[in-house]
Amino acid sequence: MTDSKYFTTTKKGEIFELKAELNSDKKEKKKEAVKKVIASMTVGKDVSALFPDVVNCMQTDNLELKKLVYLYLMNYAKSQPDMAIMAVNTFVKDCEDPNPLIRALAVRTMGCIRVDKITEYLCEPLRKCLKDEDPYVRKTAAVCVAKLHDINAQLVEDQGFLDTLKDLISDSNPMVVANAVAALSEIAESHPNSNLLDLNPQTINKLLTALNECTEWGQIFILDCLANYTPRDDRESQSICERVTPRLSHANSAVVLSAVKVLMKFMEMLPKDLDYYGTLLKKLAPPLVTLLSAEPELQYVALRNINLIVQKRPEILKHEMKVFFVKYNDPIYVKLEKLDIMIRLASQANIAQVLAELKEYATEVDVDFVRKAVRAIGRCAIKVEQSAERCVSTLLDLIQTKVNYVVQEAIVVIKDIFRKYPNKYESVIATLCENLDSLDEPEARAAMIWIVGEYAERIDNADELLESFLEGFHDESTQVQLQLLTAIVKLFLKKPTETQELVQQVLSLATQDSDNPDLRDRGYIYWRLLSTDPVAAKEVVLAEKPLISEETDLIEPTLLDELICHIGTLASVYHKPPSAFVEGSRGVQHKRLPARAGSGESAESPEVGQSGTSEAPPAVIPSQGDLLGDLLNLDLAPATTTVPSVQPSMQMGAMDLLGGGLDSLLGGDIGGSPSMGAALGAPAAMPAALSNAPAVGGGLGDLFDLGGGVGMPTGFYVAPKTLFLPAMKAKGLEISGTFARRGGIIQMDLSLTNKAMSVMTDFAIQFNRNSFGLAPAGPLQVLTPLTPNQTIDVSLPLGTTGPVMKMEPLNNLQVAVKNNIDVFYFSCQYPLSLLFVEDGKMERQVFLATWKDIPNDNEAQFQIKDVHLNSDAASNKLQGSNIFTIAKRTVDAQDMLYQSIKLTNGIWVLAEMRVQTGNPNYTLSIKCRAPEVSQFVYQCYELVLKN
Amino acid sequence: MIGGLFIYNHKGEVLISRVYRDDIGRNAVDAFRVNVIHARQQVRSPVTNIARTSFFHVKRSNIWLAAVTKQNVNAAMVFEFLYKMCDVMTAYFGKISEENIKNNFVLIYELLDEILDFGYPQNSETGALKTFITQQGIKSQTKEEQSQITSQVTGQIGWRREGIKYRRNELFLDVLESVNLLMSPQGQVLSAHVSGRVVMKSYLSGMPECKFGMNDKIVIDKQGKGGTTDDTGKSGKQSIAIDDCTFHQCVRLSKFDSERSISFIPPDGEYELMRYRTTKDIILPFRVIPLVREVGRTKLEVKVVIKSNFKPSLLAQKIEVRIPTPLNTSGVQVICMKGKAKYKASENAIVWKIKRMAGMKESQISAEIELLPTNDKKKWARPPISMNFEVPFAPSGLKVRYLKVFEPKLNYSDHDVIKWVRYIGRSGIYETRC
Repeated sequence: MTDSKYFTTTKKGEIFELKAELNSDKKEKKKEAVKKVIASMTVGKDVSALFPDVVNCMQTDNLELKKLVYLYLMNYAKSQPDMAIMAVNTFVKDCEDPNPLIRALAVRTMGCIRVDKITEYLCEPLRKCLKDEDPYVRKTAAVCVAKLHDINAQLVEDQGFLDTLKDLISDSNPMVVANAVAALSEIAESHPNSNLLDLNPQTINKLLTALNECTEWGQIFILDCLANYTPRDDRESQSICERVTPRLSHANSAVVLSAVKVLMKFMEMLPKDLDYYGTLLKKLAPPLVTLLSAEPELQYVALRNINLIVQKRPEILKHEMKVFFVKYNDPIYVKLEKLDIMIRLASQANIAQVLAELKEYATEVDVDFVRKAVRAIGRCAIKVEQSAERCVSTLLDLIQTKVNYVVQEAIVVIKDIFRKYPNKYESVIATLCENLDSLDEPEARAAMIWIVGEYAERIDNADELLESFLEGFHDESTQVQLQLLTAIVKLFLKKPTETQELVQQVLSLATQDSDNPDLRDRGYIYWRLLSTDPVAAKEVVLAEKPLISEETDLIEPTLLDELICHIGTLASVYHKPPSAFVEGSRGVQHKRLPARAGSGESAESPEVGQSGTSEAPPAVIPSQGDLLGDLLNLDLAPATTTVPSVQPSMQMGAMDLLGGGLDSLLGGDIGGSPSMGAALGAPAAMPAALSNAPAVGGGLGDLFDLGGGVGMPTGFYVAPKTLFLPAMKAKGLEISGTFARRGGIIQMDLSLTNKAMSVMTDFAIQFNRNSFGLAPAGPLQVLTPLTPNQTIDVSLPLGTTGPVMKMEPLNNLQVAVKNNIDVFYFSCQYPLSLLFVEDGKMERQVFLATWKDIPNDNEAQFQIKDVHLNSDAASNKLQGSNIFTIAKRTVDAQDMLYQSIKLTNGIWVLAEMRVQTGNPNYTLSIKCRAPEVSQFVYQCYELVLKN
Repeated sequence: MIGGLFIYNHKGEVLISRVYRDDIGRNAVDAFRVNVIHARQQVRSPVTNIARTSFFHVKRSNIWLAAVTKQNVNAAMVFEFLYKMCDVMTAYFGKISEENIKNNFVLIYELLDEILDFGYPQNSETGALKTFITQQGIKSQTKEEQSQITSQVTGQIGWRREGIKYRRNELFLDVLESVNLLMSPQGQVLSAHVSGRVVMKSYLSGMPECKFGMNDKIVIDKQGKGGTTDDTGKSGKQSIAIDDCTFHQCVRLSKFDSERSISFIPPDGEYELMRYRTTKDIILPFRVIPLVREVGRTKLEVKVVIKSNFKPSLLAQKIEVRIPTPLNTSGVQVICMKGKAKYKASENAIVWKIKRMAGMKESQISAEIELLPTNDKKKWARPPISMNFEVPFAPSGLKVRYLKVFEPKLNYSDHDVIKWVRYIGRSGIYETRC
């Protein structure tokens, strides 16, 4: 018998010849011809033209020929519905055949012919077959109901087939029961709320009985169906579990997995202190391990499921680490899955073995596998603290191999190790830096940049390293760009003097030349942060990072619970809910684990293993480029101590809107009373520093402030602008300005006027070293070119962390301004009150002690003349400039005010002011450890009190 | 459920295509060919999702079997079915090859029609299938015969037909074990387990009720408690701890669960009664002691000693040691005390074969491997040394204690049955790292 010849006929005119043969009188020839037709059909040739001729062969008592014709019919009936009717008679007749095999064949085939007209004729024979005396016919008919339902659901309901099907669950034959269950389950899936599978203790009992008797496949159908049942209480749950556990010894892995599914689900309902609960847990491990000696494809399915089970109930397999060791000849998909589970099972008890294995794997051939092994070593370091050191040295060994992808992967995981154990393994940074050039994957580059930024203070040439990345900024992937931006800002905050240019460069690259909104936003946030309050910027950008979690790639708990309900199925292989890959209504309903009965405890906390009761979910190491990662890089730690405040500082409204959100994030838990800002719709949080000012907070307030140019009554006396640089001296650029302290931020308000004939652009400003380390905290924001005769007002935020040099006079400031024309220099003097900080109020006791402590030589006395204020008004006024009255004493119609001031560099100034009623002249005594400032403090008193 | 089943040759040409569900179109056949068979890379997963259609595949020699679905099917069941399908085909026409499939395509379609209905696997026991799918055309069956067939296919004992008669009642039990080992170069056992199978060939009349007993620790301890306590020490040594076992569907699992007794009505002919796995007290028949020394950059010295570790009266057979060599090997010189050793360049290994070796013996091979100088920075991965052998005992220590046969209707007793028991231990993955 060599049927293979049918595959080789390819000559032309074949169809015509076949037609002749099909109509031949000889049975053998007919059969041969039909075989040829089927062979052509298999290889994809269109033989539908032969439809009538093939159907003519149907009337035969040769079962083999009949089956072939049926096969043909199933394929082509849909394309030739009219002619398919010709077959109906034969089907109906066959359904009456004395031979049960033929009856079943007819009803089976009829269900596969998806032609409406035929289905109508199908109903009567089907009804008969469902009640046939022969179980073989009944089990076939049961499946046929599902087929018919798929073609015409309404018809099935109208004809009452569903009830008949339900009756079959009580059939005496186990296979009929199994097929009826399968059919009902499928129909129920497309009617989520129909309660079709009316599972109650009686039907469950029937199913459990049939479970012992039916074929392996039938057992799967029944177990899968059982898994949908929710027992009424823990006792019922236990009794079902007891009857299902024997299935764990079945040779068929699918039976085992489906039994595991039922047990995992029903276990949820058992009280944990029950002895049986522990027994059950113990019983689950061996069959799961046995699945690993199955064929590789099944191993893969089993491993994907074990991955879920280990996440849900780590205790089951915690002692079985060894069976997940990779074998040299395992297919790659098995290897990768085993590795995943190894990491999950790694613990202090087995870490030595695991590490030895991982090191072995890192020398294998398959790139993906090696990468994953390297990554796993890093995960072990993070998970098991005791092993961290060994892991790091293993990783260093691997880096020494210089195998490109090994090095890159190692750097990515070392970054995470640094996160987990800060200040412990930084000695390896030098080795990492050696490999900078070989990194070509974004993730590795980003990780390396993060490391350089994070440890900029320890890397001498950090700026050069980062600058080298900056050259090709626009060719980098987003994750690298974002990381580079953050790293350079970090670097700037750590070494502000040498890296100003670099930070400006990256900020402008990020905000002006990039199309990526994430990058631009982050750039603006940093820019704004740096320009408003570098101290706050430091707090934010260099804040302590939240701990990273020990586990990676954990499946989200609700999804995990759903997947546990799908053990053994495709969903558990993909680790996705069925709705993610199934079309239509099927499988869209979400399955849930049952809640534990009895004690008030609701469904078991989905947290994995030992993580305990901590409320905050562990931060998961973000996969690069996701939102969480962005936030982490910004490090919005809630415990910022200083008070960042809302201050207008930039000309761009858009930025202020942005800033509003940021401020609310930063000031969230420090801010005082919710202010009017809330009414304005901005997420308002009024920083405490502004509490002395009437509350017009929030981002929009800033805008108004800018637009109106009125300025809030901040309390700080701002001198009118004076001319700093006449136009004559500066080729037409006139600069006038003044200084102000607003809510803790020092600002230099400048008016730039273009008195020349040409447009001025490219402004920049720089200060010479000065007594109190004043320095611009941001670039000079002149974004639009300055046209002739135009004046622009700029607020330049100043920091006090610049280099220090004593000036003469003390408050002298030498400034250089650059534009496209030239560089110009001028010097100006600032009021010392600029440096009076907001927390300058001293404790009374401390004041007394300090006053006594400072030698009398340091005391200076001044007269303030012509002040027409009483002592309270004066004290209020002074407080606006951060001169705080600590105590007041009245002796002989003379008020004695004791006041304290703190400078930005931490110097305390104490003062005693005597105010005699009716006398416009005050006497001021100033005591300070640095007496040279007294003179200037006095000047401030004068200024404040007289204006 | 399974939406369709395709069989392809190595070129990706369709040999068999059977669609069960309407949601699977003809293009699914091509999608699998293009995305999996013709894919350039190595297969990364046995389950592939292409355009919301999932493909499960297994390969037998160079034939691809693929099951297709668009639903959330039971994945384990699909693979079990594909394996079963292979078993059935093998039972019908021998090796699964393109030629055999083409020669039997009508038969395969007939089988597929029977064992898969609307994608639901039905009875797939070859014993039962062979009673009515014969390829001989329909024989004139009597009504009794027909109902006998159907009741067997659907019945509780779907794996055995009634009325079997033998002149001589005989049964063969083979305990086949494969012992797996992963050992460190220092001789530390990293992992070891035995996966064993009890294969039975039964030629018994009627519907015999069988009971199988072995030296399972749990059973023996239980008996020790109930009976005399004096020999617990002795039996404790004799018994083995079975980690886990699975049974052919003929075994009554609930009875095993409650009483740990293995009782069943066996299928006729050969089948696998049970599988088991042990990890404790395994007798490792061989110990491999590797010594690899790199002499400069162009030479490698390898010395491997194997020691047999079982009774001197027993003989191990078909011993083969496979010593991997680096890819840049240019020449190998081997000296071995026993057997024959050869360098096989195509397999990158030295293969050392010994026909027979008695227990408690030792043998050694030494080789000098010349290497071509390369500038490949990557080190040679040093795959483990693997070993193959066959020994006439069960490395797990499993012993068959009894197999009792009762046939209530026919008059033959347990004593009349001729029983044969044989133990064969083979190497599974038996590797020593070097």
